[in-house]
Amino acid sequence: MSNGTLIVGGSQAGLQVAVSLRQLGDTSPIILVGEEDHQPYQRPPLSKEFLAGEAALDSLAFRTPDFYADSGIDLVCGERVSEVSLSTSGPPGSGVAMTASGRELPFNRLALTVGAGARRLPLPGADLGGICYLREYNDAADLRTQLSTATNVVVVGGGFIGLEVASAARSLGRSVTVVEAAERLMARSVGTVISEFYRQAHLRRGIDVRLSSAVSGFQGEHGRVTGVTLSDGARLPADLVLVAVGVLPRTELAEQLGLMCDQGIVVDAHARTSDPSVVAAGDCTVQPHPITGQGRVRLESVQNAVAQAQVAAATLLGRLDTVMSVPWFWSYQGDLRLQIAGLAAGYDTQVVRGDPADEHFSVLYYRHDRLLAVDAVNRPADYMTVRKALGQGASIAPDRAADPDIPLRSLVGGPAPAAPAVQRAEA
Amino acid sequence: MGTLSKVIYIDSAGREYAVDATVGDTVMATAVKNGVPGIVAECGGNCSCATCHVWVSDEFAPVVGPPNDMEEDLLDMGVSERRGTSRLSCQIRITAALDGLRVEIPPEQP
Repeated sequence: MSNGTLIVGGSQAGLQVAVSLRQLGDTSPIILVGEEDHQPYQRPPLSKEFLAGEAALDSLAFRTPDFYADSGIDLVCGERVSEVSLSTSGPPGSGVAMTASGRELPFNRLALTVGAGARRLPLPGADLGGICYLREYNDAADLRTQLSTATNVVVVGGGFIGLEVASAARSLGRSVTVVEAAERLMARSVGTVISEFYRQAHLRRGIDVRLSSAVSGFQGEHGRVTGVTLSDGARLPADLVLVAVGVLPRTELAEQLGLMCDQGIVVDAHARTSDPSVVAAGDCTVQPHPITGQGRVRLESVQNAVAQAQVAAATLLGRLDTVMSVPWFWSYQGDLRLQIAGLAAGYDTQVVRGDPADEHFSVLYYRHDRLLAVDAVNRPADYMTVRKALGQGASIAPDRAADPDIPLRSLVGGPAPAAPAVQRAEA
Repeated sequence: MGTLSKVIYIDSAGREYAVDATVGDTVMATAVKNGVPGIVAECGGNCSCATCHVWVSDEFAPVVGPPNDMEEDLLDMGVSERRGTSRLSCQIRITAALDGLRVEIPPEQP
């Protein structure tokens, strides 16, 4: 029996590697192993529709159970791969993995799609009941149950997930405070205009937002959280706390294999790790900037998980595809629909299109007059236009883009001027 | 499981995929879960990617109705060949009235 491909991580990227292998005609065995008890499911709705009660686990599953059997994908749920080693004598890339329960999984090809875990806050009181994290379905189910009875909710971290949960909690009528250590919201993902807009918009909806505020500890009674203390001494009453302060890529298995890691498993544009016979895809990776090819970025997104997994599958089959994919992201915070295309890191000019007071505007980012990205709030046409322009290597004249009455699509013009080297790009 | 309704997907080569759909699910989710090729649906139904574009058959177009505002913008900018009955299948929820719905899948999604 041939050993085929082992995909470690029942994530969006893991499933996509399996599906793409089959679509590319691979007929050898595929084993997809995930440590959660659930079949692969969509994560983005966990902080949105799921909390609002509009989606159940069944509706989040990527595929029906029959799909796996019909496609010859051996799906193993509830098993964590704890050890992996490559063969020193067999074909390059072959080896064997061991699960925590002692199951041995030999492979000819290996893909790591292990994702990332929620970063924990090692602070006094962090183990109290009522302090939650959100990464997996079980986290979300727990959070949803607790939200149904909570009164005062404190969200630590003003990024996408923190603000999405804050919006859901507020719409359920809870008192909500967001505590963010940085001086603005979503600082890693959006520009300053968008950050300030969201601060004001959430305030208007009754969410208290505390910027430049670090948490120093949690108080509790009878093992349950009752408050959050900030570093300036202020104390916020809380019977439910969500800690949403980013993720740590899971690099343990890559480190066991001696693969290069740098805040993620380092891969090239073909999803190859520092051992080119092993591929990795999704949130666990850092990769060259997908448009400029320079630097090293970590893209935590559905778009990247899918695109990188497609590339990884081709690479495993010996096809080194060169694919330029435009990164895109979304964050729906209640009725505020934020859509992002491109990466704005390194921008020198921002053009605001429309009036933020209308809650319907977008911001275009440029570097040396070259279009880099858009953040669009309730303005999907702008988002889609920029995404398309970036995909075609086109630009949009910045001087006219500020007029919201001129359709952006009419401004898309020829190739953008060559970009000067970006020294460092952060996702 | 809710009530079942049939959806027929026709790919660009003319192959038909008849799938039992649950009332309340979307036309997109039904296709993806059952492995119907050609509906990519990267964003999982959030009207953010325009990769679940379909052409609704003429006889069902009036029942399915026109695109909503957000979908309108994505269709306008995002798809390769927009036709009169173009919809994003993540925005079509299956009802009993749509039993037997036929949709065509374009040869490419963006």
